[in-house]
Amino acid sequence: MSHIVVDPVTRIEGHLRIEAEVDGGQVQDAWSSSTMFRGIELILKGRDPRDAWAFTQRICGVCTTVHAIASVRAVENAIGARPPPNARVLRNLIMAAQCIQDHVIHFYHLHALDWVDVVSALSADPEKTSGLAQSISDWPLSSTKYFAGVKTRLKDFVDRGQLGPFANAYWGHPAYKLPPEANLLAVAHYLEALDWQRQFIKMHAILGGKNPHLQSFLVGGMATPVDPDRQASINMGSVGQMKELTAKARDFVNRVYLPDVLAVASFYKDWAGIGAGVGNYLVYGEYPDSDDPNASLFLPSGVIRGRNLGKVEPLDPTRITEAVKHSWYEDGAQPLHPKEGETKPRYTGPKPPYERLDTAAKYSWLKSPRYGGEPMEVGPLSRMLVAYGSGHKRVQELVGTVLTKLQVGPEALFSTLGRIAARCVETVLLAEKIDSWIDALAGNMEKGDLRIHDTGKWDPASWPAEAFGAGFHEAPRGALGHWVHIKDGRIANYQCIVPSTWNAGPRDGQEKRGPYEAALLRTPVADAKQPLEILRTVHSFDPCMACGVHVVDTERRELALVKAS
Amino acid sequence: MGTRDGWLAGELRRRGVSRRELLFFCAGVAGTFGLPASAASQIAAALTRAKKPVLVWLEFQDCCGNTESFLRSGAPTVGEIVLDLLSVDYHETIMAAAGTQAEEALRGVVKGSAGQFLAVVEGSIPTGADGAYCTIGGRSALDIARDVCGKAAATIAVGTCATYGGLPAASPNPTGALGVADAVPGVKNLINLSACPVNAANLAALLTYFLTFKRWPPLDGFRRPLFAYGKTIHDNCERRAHFDAGQYVEIWGDDAHRAGACLYKMGCKGPVTYQNCPTVRWNEGTNWPIGCGHPCIGCAEPDFWDRMTPFYKHLPSIPGFAAASSVDTVGGWLTVGTAAAYVGHGVLKGVQNSRKKGAGPPGEKSSSETGGLP
Repeated sequence: MSHIVVDPVTRIEGHLRIEAEVDGGQVQDAWSSSTMFRGIELILKGRDPRDAWAFTQRICGVCTTVHAIASVRAVENAIGARPPPNARVLRNLIMAAQCIQDHVIHFYHLHALDWVDVVSALSADPEKTSGLAQSISDWPLSSTKYFAGVKTRLKDFVDRGQLGPFANAYWGHPAYKLPPEANLLAVAHYLEALDWQRQFIKMHAILGGKNPHLQSFLVGGMATPVDPDRQASINMGSVGQMKELTAKARDFVNRVYLPDVLAVASFYKDWAGIGAGVGNYLVYGEYPDSDDPNASLFLPSGVIRGRNLGKVEPLDPTRITEAVKHSWYEDGAQPLHPKEGETKPRYTGPKPPYERLDTAAKYSWLKSPRYGGEPMEVGPLSRMLVAYGSGHKRVQELVGTVLTKLQVGPEALFSTLGRIAARCVETVLLAEKIDSWIDALAGNMEKGDLRIHDTGKWDPASWPAEAFGAGFHEAPRGALGHWVHIKDGRIANYQCIVPSTWNAGPRDGQEKRGPYEAALLRTPVADAKQPLEILRTVHSFDPCMACGVHVVDTERRELALVKAS
Repeated sequence: MGTRDGWLAGELRRRGVSRRELLFFCAGVAGTFGLPASAASQIAAALTRAKKPVLVWLEFQDCCGNTESFLRSGAPTVGEIVLDLLSVDYHETIMAAAGTQAEEALRGVVKGSAGQFLAVVEGSIPTGADGAYCTIGGRSALDIARDVCGKAAATIAVGTCATYGGLPAASPNPTGALGVADAVPGVKNLINLSACPVNAANLAALLTYFLTFKRWPPLDGFRRPLFAYGKTIHDNCERRAHFDAGQYVEIWGDDAHRAGACLYKMGCKGPVTYQNCPTVRWNEGTNWPIGCGHPCIGCAEPDFWDRMTPFYKHLPSIPGFAAASSVDTVGGWLTVGTAAAYVGHGVLKGVQNSRKKGAGPPGEKSSSETGGLP
């Protein structure tokens, strides 16, 4: 039995530490620890609720829109503000653009190096690489000359003797299975994706002034004026620019990302049987296509338990609780109502520098969210499974195509590979859908509806003396909820339950493992000194640790049931 | 590297970039920094001689927003910076190695290139709980920052958290978070690139400046390069004419808002914020916050989370100026706006100094320190 520590887990957002027991070439047990705390909810207390989105937005600069969205929704829910149609459409565009860009970056820049051996690419034959590229896609950058150029660039880089971010990695590890040509193809697309993401995210600059940390959110709407006849507003020029960017996004996603995922996956089909995890999936749902708060969402909400795709249960937010038995917070004496309770950070781990955490005691800054007492996986896989199980036609078609091409059954989705495939399917789906919201924006302009804000609720004098609100959002990494308590126009309490808290949290009061911990069980480890396989499963969740660490609630407390508008 | 003098010249030739084109590019760089055209050949010579300097990028109490901003760099692109211009030997978000192998890479630089490498710091450094609020590989952020920045040739603090403590240091600063200047006093050649996040254009310009001249640019009192922080947002704002004419947005989405009127009354902090957003803009010049209809929130200034909030309250209550009465007097505003900008700068600097004396445990920040803009 050997004890492995992976800290830092790199190619993620934030600070994650994995400890694992490995025996017989497999992970026998695992612990997930988040090692950074800021206390943003404590900082929010007493502040103007209209400012909260900017504070919470800085929870994460990777998914840089998600906490702003959840925050404005929570405050709007509390004060009864109703954003007009343009604000809904602008938010949909911002959210979908975030998801598309984030998923592509995740695959190429955060995850690919777990599957792609860069050094092996040096021995690729450019002509064969070209043949491979042209056999899986009609993407034009596929000539022998092109791949020869990429290979030369890579070789020159290596020959200079400064490997920079590619130094010290697990190149040559027996778990790398791609032939040299597939590795070279992937390196070429790693570089292309680096350029593409920078271009595509200009969507956010158009809609939010800048990226990261867009600055156009408002409680009650959006700050981006809409007017086809004004140069200082979103106008038909902006519509044209956005359509150009989304067309290129569809091109890249359909002709590069999807074929690459299928090609890489075809060499790693064993990973369709590894990394399943807890087998429970939770989704809040996203993308309102109507201004009726009760209308269904483009991606439906729901809960799947025990991998039963045939039964999607309705989501009941009152069943969400959080445990802190293994988290560095004071234990709550008894369940408390949100407006009364507050736990405090209390570090009881080893004094740094340390070698090992005491995993029998408290070992993470993350808490352990549970739904009906059970750990839940959230994220693209959960969304695609719930949509699939709910009869979403296009999701069923896309998932069906991927499964057919890989010649595997639906059970393959419950795996490390399933997460990668689901993320890609979602990207294809949103890249198809996003233009409908650009068209809706143009349609509103044509009708002369230029409203962007519910101005009647801007002045805090119009708010009730005390109000509670909840804001839900499907972030790229999964189900996100913000809860706010407003008193006399100020924030009395604020709390977030975040995708990476669901996925990366530690064991709960009943010692049930969190999704990362459960997914790592029985993961093969060929060489304990080079735990590449552990990275594969952890990265398949797309960890976002800065998001996950939150403070202001107590064990087993039920969260207020408030429907988000 | 070491023996690779002239690799850039070869690199450029390989990519079909002629000497003439390189000189043309360098003339553009010279123009950016307000240098005479004759400097272009000097820059070109410097670039073609350059070896790849080693850079390590540390992330502490961060949101990764500065890294993401770095990924949006367009001139040079992030690919060119990482593969061609610098050797980025440690950067958690992009590096292939993890765990032990990642830590070895960092140790290798600190030992092997002591006094020669560049350090970039993203995120604040917590001093509470013996450093347990942020650990990497079991070591505290403070320990790592002292070790790495202490041995770096220069340290670039990117974003407002690394510069001044930023969001984690906002009242009541639950973790005792500090920026690099306060957490590692006396660190050599510290350059602050504040803003939330840093604008990739400014980081790229700073790196180009250094690679070209082998020295660092002139800085303001907060150790920020004058080429990016020498003027206020207000000085260069495209809506300045509306301010001067007394044309203000009053309601989100009203006619004035759609027409691009001044956002002063909606809470704009442009008059007290030193940053070049209006001229370089964001995402390769695509847009900027005021350009999309939202006020400036002052994100490049120290303690902006406390001093610039509430964000939607307008500015007249600058310390020392009881000017609210003249809010609709255009002539008065011209004077007040300009004066307030300088006063704001001075006042904020005072606060920065007072924070350096004693960061204090969490919760001890006084209201007078945090409530500058009521």
